[in-house]
Amino acid sequence: MTFVTQLMLLFLIVCAIAVCLTRNLLTSVIIYMGYSMIMSIIWITLESPDLAITEAAVGAGITSLLFFLTLKKIHAIDARNEVRRAHEQAQKEKNGGADDGNA
Amino acid sequence: MATPEWFGKFKHRMAEIVETENDVLERDMVRSQEIEPEKGETEEEMYRRIRLEQEKQEEEEIAKRLHEWNSRNVSKVSRGVYCALCVLICVTMIALLMYTVTTLPSFGSPDHPINNEVSARYIEKGLQETGAVNIVTGMILDYRAFDTLGESTVLFTAAMVVLFLLRLDSGSEKYSQLARSMKEAPHADNFYEPRHDAILQMTAKILTPIIILLGIYVVLNGHLSPGGGFSGGAIMGAGLIIYVTAFGFADIRRFFTYKTYQRVVLCALLTYAASKCYSFYTGANGIHSIIPLGTPGAILSSGLILVLNICVGFIVTCTMYAFYAVFRKGEV
Repeated sequence: MTFVTQLMLLFLIVCAIAVCLTRNLLTSVIIYMGYSMIMSIIWITLESPDLAITEAAVGAGITSLLFFLTLKKIHAIDARNEVRRAHEQAQKEKNGGADDGNA
Repeated sequence: MATPEWFGKFKHRMAEIVETENDVLERDMVRSQEIEPEKGETEEEMYRRIRLEQEKQEEEEIAKRLHEWNSRNVSKVSRGVYCALCVLICVTMIALLMYTVTTLPSFGSPDHPINNEVSARYIEKGLQETGAVNIVTGMILDYRAFDTLGESTVLFTAAMVVLFLLRLDSGSEKYSQLARSMKEAPHADNFYEPRHDAILQMTAKILTPIIILLGIYVVLNGHLSPGGGFSGGAIMGAGLIIYVTAFGFADIRRFFTYKTYQRVVLCALLTYAASKCYSFYTGANGIHSIIPLGTPGAILSSGLILVLNICVGFIVTCTMYAFYAVFRKGEV
């Protein structure tokens, strides 16, 4: 086993832990995509290119896409938070420093 | 009453998750209430204000219910027990798996249990019997073609169930509402993509043909090089999805509708079943199949495997796209 393979395996472990520990759902899906990419390279080093192609297409592509869709459906990636923040900012500016006591 | 920090975060999150209605619908709802804008306020700002007020009310209600539930059910002791159990189960599972891994035979060793007469037979006679240079495809689509038929049927059934559950009935109120808001704002991102994003459209213009070509290559060369119907189909499905994301459903409707989906998938499944029936019939009765295996390595070789690969490719492509479309807007 070469140094690069060991590095990739280490990366897998780090990714797996990072997916669990990230607060942001979008970030964890993107980390999962990275996991799948590295996994498909590992499949090639294990001499199974068939699996590598499927892993790249399904793991990194379709599955993460469906995750993104789900996140969009539950409004986890949305402009709404930005709208809310902008509104609150505008309110604060309107009221001047008077709002600080409540916040 | 001092609420802990995690409670505030959770409340916020719950309010976000519970609110799943489409923004276009919300706007319609607001419009139907006929609320006058306040002085010096544009229409846009009024909608925003009303929406925020509604959100706030919902949030308060959720927080109230959550607090009731929380004070009734969760005490400090039970939370401690929960955490301890979590850690215990995790550590036990990790230890079990680690122990199992140490007892496995090392990778690629000659006395590995998978090196038995079955794999020897596949390796020695696979090329001669199936005509496929890629031994994996030979196994999947010849020796074990029945399994692959089952897999394709499972995919088809899953897509059908998703359609049953999520497809909008064209007679329903929500559908007509959506259609109405579509007419009013044909480029609203909420229902129909795209946002007319120049970067996305340019990227899609360049990438889509390459991705779909790669998919076709992987499907057609399934018996010669790594890949096959499933992976090629997934690649082509991803290409279609990129196209939809960039150019919208109206564009893809010109060549891919629900009817196309039904016909293509049904034909592919039936062709698969028929060709497999033929090979089972001839094989079981000792009749020599009239389909030539061809020269190994040529594109037109390996008998029925090429046909089966194309069928699986079609099924997977259509199913992947249908999943996306149904999840995104409730229609293929």
